[in-house]
Amino acid sequence: MTDVYKAVKLTDRVYWVGAIDWTIRDFHGYTTHRGSTYNAYLIMADKITLVDTVKAPFKDELLSRIASVVNPKDIQVIVSNHSEMDHSGCLADVIRLVEPEKVIASTMGAKTLQDILHLDQEITAVKDGEQLGLGNMNLRFMETRMLHWPDSMFSYLPEEEILFSHDAFGMHLASAERFDDEIDPAILQYEGATYFANILLPYSPLVTRLLGRVGSSGMTLKYIAPDHGPVWRKDIGGIIGKYGEWAAQRPTRKAVVVYGTMWHSTEHMARAISEGLAKGGAIARCMSLDVFHRSDVAYEILDAGALVMGSSTLNNNMLPQAADILTYLKGLRPANLMGASFGSYGWSGEAPGQITDILKEMKIEVMAEPIKVQHVPRENDLARCYALGEDIALQLRRNKEVA
Amino acid sequence: MGKYVCNICGYVYDPAEGDPDGGIAPGTAFADLPDDWICPICGSGKDEFVPE
Repeated sequence: MTDVYKAVKLTDRVYWVGAIDWTIRDFHGYTTHRGSTYNAYLIMADKITLVDTVKAPFKDELLSRIASVVNPKDIQVIVSNHSEMDHSGCLADVIRLVEPEKVIASTMGAKTLQDILHLDQEITAVKDGEQLGLGNMNLRFMETRMLHWPDSMFSYLPEEEILFSHDAFGMHLASAERFDDEIDPAILQYEGATYFANILLPYSPLVTRLLGRVGSSGMTLKYIAPDHGPVWRKDIGGIIGKYGEWAAQRPTRKAVVVYGTMWHSTEHMARAISEGLAKGGAIARCMSLDVFHRSDVAYEILDAGALVMGSSTLNNNMLPQAADILTYLKGLRPANLMGASFGSYGWSGEAPGQITDILKEMKIEVMAEPIKVQHVPRENDLARCYALGEDIALQLRRNKEVA
Repeated sequence: MGKYVCNICGYVYDPAEGDPDGGIAPGTAFADLPDDWICPICGSGKDEFVPE
């Protein structure tokens, strides 16, 4: 342990004791351009309580920050709101060191923690709505299954009006500042939306339901304390409102053109489609898979109304980077999209048809037959691409007017 | 009796197995599950299930 890592006070009785990961850029396949934090919180109740831990390599940072407030061995209760390894990776070591009276998790969390950590320690499972007395304070638990794992659970501390919200309302953002009002709101908006798009999007219907439960629960919120990124203390209404918007997946007139290219022919087509989209009044994003990562595409898809996807044909198949993004997006289950496919080919040209088949599986409304061009597009081919862009823009604007 | 799949988490309800942890005996058709039955993995209601 070292004394350079200090706790940061939320209130007189609650501290942030997490870790800052300035250098992580690949978070299980999600590009984290600004690093991340693993947040843990210390509640100085009569029964001293630790909410979540951190990723394994950051154990000493966690323990140092705790030690700046209290001897870690004085912790009596550990709560695990989320079993994923970035929050539980050092839990086994921390339990051995602290020897707490109780380790608490949801019913699914108790099982998942055992499956991940193979602990000797018994985990106390709590049910939705159950309350745990910490002497002068209390923790109330709310199951939030599949947001985004089956084990996920909120813990609410009514005495300080703090909601410990695991990954919900979080973002991958390394910063020395710990609170939302200390950080540029545009960065919070971008990273919060990117996190939602890459982690929570498939469970949007559950997010909508959860926001309703939080609203009707009577919980008053002075702080939302997530497991990644800053603690919300100023714009709590703003982030909750954004979650409502993102989960509703109302399409805008944004169209995302995503493509993989070999000799720039498919790229010329992508650019012609993008020009047509812009001319038709859509907001066009033109994203080459050689330079944009799948998680950046997911961010753009979050509020898009159309996905226009292209790939060259390589040995009778779409390019590997096109298969990558389609597999990823299919899992994220974006809703309310229209789409089309395109691509250049040398002799067989299967890729655009393969893409359209997957778009249909994703329940995307396919607006046109695939546009296929043998070798290098001629002027009339590019005109077809431009016209496709204009058509899709028109549809997006119509839908927008209806909505 | 057909299997039903949860739209949220992918769990498959198999009538032949039932949901013993949820108090559902093997041989119970999906249609005969109580209205308040929830997915044993993610807690979703019956309305999130579709025929496999």
